[in-house]
Amino acid sequence: MADGFLAKKIAMTQIFGENGESIPVTVLEAGPCFVIREKTIEKDGYTSVCIGFDQVKPRRLTKPVRGYLDKHKIPAVRYIREIKPQNPEKFEVGKRIVAEDIFSPGDIVSVVGTSKGKGFAGVMKRWGFKGGPATHGSMSHRSPGSIGQSSSPSRVFPGVKMPGRMGDDRVTVRNLKVIKVPQGENTLLIKGAVPGSRGSLVLVQKTEKKKQAD
Amino acid sequence: MDKISAVEAAYLKPEITDFRPGDTVRVHQKIVEGEKTRIQIFQGVVIARRSGGTRATFTVRKISYGVGVERIYPLHSPMIERIERVRRGDVRRAKLYYLRKRRGKAARIREKTRY
Repeated sequence: MADGFLAKKIAMTQIFGENGESIPVTVLEAGPCFVIREKTIEKDGYTSVCIGFDQVKPRRLTKPVRGYLDKHKIPAVRYIREIKPQNPEKFEVGKRIVAEDIFSPGDIVSVVGTSKGKGFAGVMKRWGFKGGPATHGSMSHRSPGSIGQSSSPSRVFPGVKMPGRMGDDRVTVRNLKVIKVPQGENTLLIKGAVPGSRGSLVLVQKTEKKKQAD
Repeated sequence: MDKISAVEAAYLKPEITDFRPGDTVRVHQKIVEGEKTRIQIFQGVVIARRSGGTRATFTVRKISYGVGVERIYPLHSPMIERIERVRRGDVRRAKLYYLRKRRGKAARIREKTRY
C-alpha cells in the first residue's frame, strides 16, 4: 500500500501543456488532512494510519468522536479513513498534512471513489450487450435475449448478467497522473476522469509502480 | 472565485481580439515541424463561438478551391499566435451554420457599418 490522501471532486476542465496540447484534468479539493490515529501491531495487530478530512462544525459530530478529536487538538472533520503509508513515522497524531507534502507533479496515483448511481439499468447499459435489431419488424430492441439453455439444465446458472442496480459502487481508477499541485491552495490537478459526482469524497493513493508510457 | 475559474485563470490569454460570429478573421497559428516552428494563416468567416474558460473555441469557415473548409480553434491555445479581425459582419444570429448550405453570392455577409 501507499501514501493516501483524502480529497473532494470539484469538476473537470482542460488546461494547456508546454507544447500547446490540451490536457483534460479533474480538479480536486485536496486536504488539509489531519492524522487522527496510528494503529500499531501491539495494539491492533497491524499498522496503519487514520486520517480525517473536510472540516465541519464540532456539533455535527457525535460526542465520542468529538471528545477523541478534542483530546488530540484536531479540528472536527467529516470523514475519517484508514490508509497504509509506506513509512508511518511521518504521520504523527495531530499533524496537519497538505497535498504538497505527499504529491508532486508527475506522480502516478490511483483514485478510489464511489461511482454515480445509474438506478435500475438494462443489460445494454450495465453489461454492454448489443441488444436486438432496431428495425425490420424487430420487437426486442434492448432486451437481453437468451439467458440459458432449455430442459437441461432447466434452470438459470448463477451469475448470468441481467438488468439491475448499477453504479454507486466503489471504483478504483489506476495510473492517473498528477499534473499540478498548486502551492498553498489545497488543490490537486489529475489527468483524466475520477469516479463520483461533484463534491464526492475520493481517496488518492500514490503508486510506486511507474507507468510505462504516457 | 470558485476553484475551477481559479485553476483556469492561469491559462487564459490576458487579451483576446474582440470578434463575433460573422466577422472575417485571420488566425495566425503556430505549426511545429520537427525542429522548426512556422506560422500558418487561416482566413475566413467566424461562424460560431462556444463555451467559456479554457474550453472556449471558435469556428472559422472559408471556401478553399471551391471546397468549404472549417477549422475549430481553442480560443486560449498557446498555439494561436494572434487573431486579426479583417472585417466586421452584420448578422442576426450567434451560430451561422446556415452558411454551409449556401454558396456564392448567397453566402455573403453584409459589412457592419453602424454601431
